Amino acid sequence: MEVAVIKYNAGNVFSVINALSRLGVKSVLTDDADVIRRASHVIFPGQGEAAGAMECLRNTGLDEVIVNLRQPVLGICIGQQLMCRHSEEGDVDCLGIFDTDVRKFVAPADGNSWKIPHMGWNTVENLRGFMELGRPEEWMYFIHSYYVPQSEWTVGTTSYCGVDFSAAMQKDNFMAAQFHPEKSGEAGYRLLKHFLSI
Amino acid sequence: MLAKRIIPCLDVKDGETVKGVNFVDFRSAGDPVALGRAYSDAGADELVFLDITASHEGRKTFTSVVERVAREIDIPFTVGGGINTVDDVERLLSAGADKVSVNSSALKNPDLIDEVAKRYGSQVLVLAVDARLDFEGEDDPWQCYINGGRIPFGKRLEQWCREGADRGAGEILFTSMNHDGVKCGFALDPLRRLHESLPIPVIASGGAGKKEHFRDVFEVAGVDAALAASIFHFNEVPLHSLKQYLREEGINVRI
Repeated sequence: MEVAVIKYNAGNVFSVINALSRLGVKSVLTDDADVIRRASHVIFPGQGEAAGAMECLRNTGLDEVIVNLRQPVLGICIGQQLMCRHSEEGDVDCLGIFDTDVRKFVAPADGNSWKIPHMGWNTVENLRGFMELGRPEEWMYFIHSYYVPQSEWTVGTTSYCGVDFSAAMQKDNFMAAQFHPEKSGEAGYRLLKHFLSI
Repeated sequence: MLAKRIIPCLDVKDGETVKGVNFVDFRSAGDPVALGRAYSDAGADELVFLDITASHEGRKTFTSVVERVAREIDIPFTVGGGINTVDDVERLLSAGADKVSVNSSALKNPDLIDEVAKRYGSQVLVLAVDARLDFEGEDDPWQCYINGGRIPFGKRLEQWCREGADRGAGEILFTSMNHDGVKCGFALDPLRRLHESLPIPVIASGGAGKKEHFRDVFEVAGVDAALAASIFHFNEVPLHSLKQYLREEGINVRI
């Protein structure tokens, strides 16, 4: 098994590499297209901001590399958002793997003190596809201000700001999580282990 | 539904965990990484590691503690103490910290908040504020302190927290110096006002002595998270039974 973690200007990716090490899996942080294409599994991590991240992917040609991958790919956080068609963050066209748009949370005026970003532990429900880990729901750690609405590719939902959004998505070999499995304790550990078994 | 977070805080001096009572008189409480892992296993939602060493050598020791935590622990953690510049932030984020907290340095140089938020995003920045009740401000009766609560700074609590949020802080960590170490409960009134008026999450700190105090801070003040140190270090309130209790009280916590 050779896991490639895609290297681009998307913040701290060491937590993903550390999580893989705890699973006993060696990974390589790389922007080399050949290394990424040869990997058994690819992780597309991210923190940061969509428009700048897309610009970096286009300038390096990684945008074309990612959409043509055939092995299991896992997008995390902004990785999931960049796999969609368009993001409201910076009004930017993204990779278009999932034919749906990314929206900004808007706090509803319902008397609750909604905080944005959505930060902390929340439950992921309606689990299907790669999210089926034998439990009806899983606690995962989130930190994000933009979200992907539900669509036919949704394989897990989470509720915040009055919206049931896509906490996880899957289309063929492309999987994505809005939460951070690498920071989600034991639940995240089980999910990453499951992803690597696909 | 988003869970209320319970955050153990570990004060680290020369690589060892300590906890101050009213900000002085340290008692030792163990190895920070081992303690952090034990908390994570017991159900902590996040961890905070505060470097209370002043020396250059101590700072290097702390950076290696941060690297070990990042390798071994799989829940989010914040580090703070002695962060004065963007370079300090860079050093700790590179060592694997998820977030950094700034306190005195932000009061003395508020532009630090803008610089860090712009470069790394608001989500990495916790604005820690130590304040004491002095009844002087018009409708804002708490004064901010710097240097570990030793020097009054003049700014008012609510005014400073609003400014911090406007400048790009991602969370506010408010410690009431009147309540810290006294174990008689959190400062509910200012916490409720901060929670209701700020667009960013508020973490309560200072005053936790028993499990009912956590129920009160979530029910009455409504805050997003509560932080405590000594009651967890000395197992006065075991984390796991605290969360069971909160769930029975109808508070949404991760179990």
